[in-house]
Amino acid sequence: MAIKDYLRQRYFPHMWCPGCGHGIVLNSLIRAVEALGLDKNEIVMTSGIGCSARISGYVDFHSLHTIHGRALAFATGVKLSKPELKLLVPMGDGDALAIGGNHFIHAARRNIDITAIVMNNRIYGMTGGQFSPLSGVGKKATTAPYTTIDSGFDVVKLSMAAGASFVARTTVYHAIEAVDLLKRAIEHKGFSVVEILSQCPTHYGRKNKEGDAAMMMEFQKNTTAKIGSKALEKDPTLIPRGIFVDNPETPEYCESYDKIIETAMKRSQS
Amino acid sequence: MNNNIKFIQGNEACVEGALYAGINFFAGYPITPSTEVAELLSSRLPEKGGKFIQMEDEIASMCAIIGASLTGHKVMTATSGPGFSLKQEALGYACMAEIPCVIVNVQRGGPSTGNPTHVSQGDVNQAKWGTHGDHSIIALTASNHQDVFAMTVDAFNLAETYRTPVILLFDEVVGHMREKLVVPEKGDIPLVERLRTSVRKGVDYHPYLPREDGRLPMSDFGAEHRYNVTGLFHDMWGFPSNNPKVVRELLHHIVDKIDNNVHTITRYKEHYLEGAEYIMISYGSSARSAIHLARSRRARGEKVGVLELQSIWPFPETLIREKCAGARAVIVVEMNMGQVMRHVKAAVDKPERVFLANRIDGKLITPTNIKTLLRVIQGRGV
Repeated sequence: MAIKDYLRQRYFPHMWCPGCGHGIVLNSLIRAVEALGLDKNEIVMTSGIGCSARISGYVDFHSLHTIHGRALAFATGVKLSKPELKLLVPMGDGDALAIGGNHFIHAARRNIDITAIVMNNRIYGMTGGQFSPLSGVGKKATTAPYTTIDSGFDVVKLSMAAGASFVARTTVYHAIEAVDLLKRAIEHKGFSVVEILSQCPTHYGRKNKEGDAAMMMEFQKNTTAKIGSKALEKDPTLIPRGIFVDNPETPEYCESYDKIIETAMKRSQS
Repeated sequence: MNNNIKFIQGNEACVEGALYAGINFFAGYPITPSTEVAELLSSRLPEKGGKFIQMEDEIASMCAIIGASLTGHKVMTATSGPGFSLKQEALGYACMAEIPCVIVNVQRGGPSTGNPTHVSQGDVNQAKWGTHGDHSIIALTASNHQDVFAMTVDAFNLAETYRTPVILLFDEVVGHMREKLVVPEKGDIPLVERLRTSVRKGVDYHPYLPREDGRLPMSDFGAEHRYNVTGLFHDMWGFPSNNPKVVRELLHHIVDKIDNNVHTITRYKEHYLEGAEYIMISYGSSARSAIHLARSRRARGEKVGVLELQSIWPFPETLIREKCAGARAVIVVEMNMGQVMRHVKAAVDKPERVFLANRIDGKLITPTNIKTLLRVIQGRGV
């Protein structure tokens, strides 16, 4: 199927700013779905609020555009009630880890078969450029005119500690790599997290003098390195990319619940 | 032995009603005094292949049942005061996206943590206005276990009929007291099942285009029609729109579909109301004391009766005006600072003849409490 067949063309043009990285995530995601040969009817995309969340309106899947931070909670209801569906949950960094942080760690803890995609542009874009829990220290934002003093989360470490059974990181500069990681994440049975570093030239880039979209993507290229690469060995300050956890043996929540049903049914019949 | 006769708590009667109605998904979070609902369903749902999940918080529970409703299941969550506050944003989402679901609120004393193990009826107005923006809601209540059962079944039926969240406003006394419940035979109470679209595959399906009768046939997530569900104002495909005409029409639709059917939705009971000069309006556990008082006054030849409300939202204004037209005085008996009383005053022809008999100290209002006020109104002294 052609890429455009996965899009609701009626709703284009999209609302993202020129140079936004989110369109590249959408592209990688659709290519991953296409490569896996998934039926559009078996996919439910659930999202919250923010620039990233609008992705669910543009794709021709079952789509559930919900409230801020709660996409994973809605997705949990969809998945547990109909486990044969594939759940894709794209989230912004604020959506996933500030207001939605509790749902994020608990979905990971349950290891429910949902793919969470954290589109990390380190800023609240839709509301006009306030700092997020992933901005990190020393950044400028409309609510940090004297620079931020809040430390950021490491999405990968947080996901691992919370119990996600598949954790990966890439950037929109590495769009081909992103396709591969998203494929692996979607195929994975259990809670999978893919952090994709994205750019917001309109708010983050401008305020922090990081240049235009091309320069910000160049920055993604220069400040990251593949796990196990010589570059990372030489310079451990680089942000590692690749798969950090891939544990298909961890029991998946819906499958575990099926066993509960089996036990309960036997007990009620005896 | 007849297994249909049970001696149980009100919260258990609610569970029996939900199972009778066909619940197959429940998400919840522990909170007094509603926890028994979750505990029981964690055991009963998997026995019939249904799903129970204890979520990380109250908000998540509300979100999860909305997600599960979209795959075609009958869903419910249960909570109390603080939890009900937390659920409000997602409750508004269910109003806007028109998702059938049932929310049980076993009321306790508030505000804030309040009086967790004691009774109150302080969430009446919150049930209607807790979430932001114009909307309408259906809220039912009950004073005994047979009615808790019936209203729970009704809640599921109304949720499906009107594609809306329905709130079951119970209270701590009804939730925790024990009395008899006779579970009706299958088929005794009619059930409303999900209205699914007959639009065939490949034909444009409009999830948010109401039929002539105002109902919107649904399509399950995973079925052949793919569409968008959002909390933004949306067009007939469910896609976000801020077109003024779309916004106005959608808001009218979500309010009118309920408010214009107030006569169909209204549920009530009359106790000794024939020729009553003094009418008590009550609901939930406080109605038990009102009924008790009416019975004893009637035995002494006094014309005292009770209009028991079983649906509070949409507010049965016309019913109250008509039933109270000949009354010398109306006494609203409730365990709050007069939340229903204000609406009764607005409904009747003589608001100055409406009085409040209330108790707000966490104790069930007694027939004697009400009688004290009744004597004053009757001019029989203090």
